[in-house]
Amino acid sequence: MKLALFGGLYSNYLALEAAVADAQQRGVDAMFCLGDLGAFGPHPNRVFPLLRDHDISCVQGNYDDSIGHELNDCQCGYADPNDNYFAQVSYDYTLQNTSADNKAWLRSLPKELRLHVDGLRVLLCHGSPRRTNEFLWQSNTSTAFLDRLADEWATDLMVGTHSGIHWQRELRDGRRYVNVGVLGRPENDGTTNVWYAVLCTGSDAAAGALPCTANGTSVPISVNFVPVIYDHTLLAEKMQQEQLPDEFIQTVLTGWWTTCLEVLPSHERRMGRF
Amino acid sequence: MSTPDVMETPHIDLMSLDEIWFQVAGTVCNLTCQHCFISCSPHNHSFEFLTFEQVETTLVESVEYGVREYYFTGGEPFLNRNLVRMLKRTLDFGPATVLTNGTVLRPEWLSELRTAEEKSGFSLEFRVSVDGPTSEINDPIRGDGTFDRAIKGVALLCEHDFLPIITMTQTWDDSRNAEILQQFRGVLQKHGCHRPRLKILPRLKIGAEENRTEGYAETERITHQMMEGFDRSQLLCHHSRVVTNRGVYVCPILLEASNGAMGDLLGESLHPFPLNHGACYTCYQFGAICTNSTLRSQKSD
Repeated sequence: MKLALFGGLYSNYLALEAAVADAQQRGVDAMFCLGDLGAFGPHPNRVFPLLRDHDISCVQGNYDDSIGHELNDCQCGYADPNDNYFAQVSYDYTLQNTSADNKAWLRSLPKELRLHVDGLRVLLCHGSPRRTNEFLWQSNTSTAFLDRLADEWATDLMVGTHSGIHWQRELRDGRRYVNVGVLGRPENDGTTNVWYAVLCTGSDAAAGALPCTANGTSVPISVNFVPVIYDHTLLAEKMQQEQLPDEFIQTVLTGWWTTCLEVLPSHERRMGRF
Repeated sequence: MSTPDVMETPHIDLMSLDEIWFQVAGTVCNLTCQHCFISCSPHNHSFEFLTFEQVETTLVESVEYGVREYYFTGGEPFLNRNLVRMLKRTLDFGPATVLTNGTVLRPEWLSELRTAEEKSGFSLEFRVSVDGPTSEINDPIRGDGTFDRAIKGVALLCEHDFLPIITMTQTWDDSRNAEILQQFRGVLQKHGCHRPRLKILPRLKIGAEENRTEGYAETERITHQMMEGFDRSQLLCHHSRVVTNRGVYVCPILLEASNGAMGDLLGESLHPFPLNHGACYTCYQFGAICTNSTLRSQKSD
């Protein structure tokens, strides 16, 4: 089985279009989105028809819960005043420009999706299985902790997004945690592309892929992180037309995060420019 | 008179053991800060240093609980001559954070830790206590000359490519917070800290601080009503325990509390805790102020 797994979209409909085309070219069996459809980018309604037209099942992210229920903020839970300022600018724009129908659809999304793929128990969530807005960064998450989550949620493959940088780790008995990254904005590495993941299991897994032996199975798993090149200059133009903050536009154009940095552990923070 | 139900102290259960704290320097510190909530000083030996073996045994035990990260505090952790070795071992298990006053750091320790962090892939964070952007604000609280010494420590951390989090205990009016933050960013930039990370923390009105200003009023307590709909993960005791030389405690703030001790061993310390202290009220108001905030407030789980 081959699955395309998209992380936070942040209204980046141009990247979503490019990712869908890429995934189709790879012959995926199904496509999923792990939530946070809005935020950061322009014209939040534009991702919805793409998701529906391509039959992409979605998990509800914290942003989707907030926009759907018209809450006061995005529930990202930033602690720094500067981070909160920019988060609120983004949230207020997205809330104002998301249609009532799309808000209703966001409210209807599930907090998690469970799949059975080639005998593997796959759990798709937004932040962590236990909490929609929990950040799981590679550098501040122990393997023992991920093993505990996998035990408690009875899953072989835990898949999430939320933090914005892709990574994966093998767990006990070949189980796996995968953070698919996000399509919404680049990864704070000075490149303008965004990322998604292709999960391949069973006979579709890459040659030599390690098997998951949990739950009496022996199913090979391979995860391919895919860089998506899209028309980021056009996105920047659209953001400018919508009078979104220049800080956001610079992130799209340069690949460096300029806001919401205080939530990063030092390891991930050092990789960026700011 | 209130009903017994309202009067009864709310208890908090341990949701999961996400963080383990090591009271690695006990209550021994090279400084005697006027606001220290456990009154640490060079002469306070009510809690003593942890040994390397105590830390390592706990690290191994922590795996079965699925602990996510580890914190090292005191006193001043770097007074414990085994700290570097302990941190290096910890980074085999997961991320580590040290709460330090920054005044006793040595370049050779930081070089060794820089190498260890890169090898491990887990973050090693330093939270450095400096109580304001000037010696005029900081030194009356933390002692003469401590601002300059701490800033030198911060600069040394930055030279070794660490990104220290500066924590300031707020001793000024709320209206000055933005100005203080901006001023401190400037100070840090001047000392080679180009990605300043700053946090303002509330005062905890116990220990030395109770004598410096005032203690908690009897009304400053968490009630059952306050806990209704409250996100319990904002309280450290919902996801942490502290290992000391005298056993396992509920949180690093309540070491001196009569009921702060939870058991001799980690496995004996997992029972619920009564939130009957004034410091619990501060934690309730401001969130889990001691951690790097991996759990965030949310409307609902």
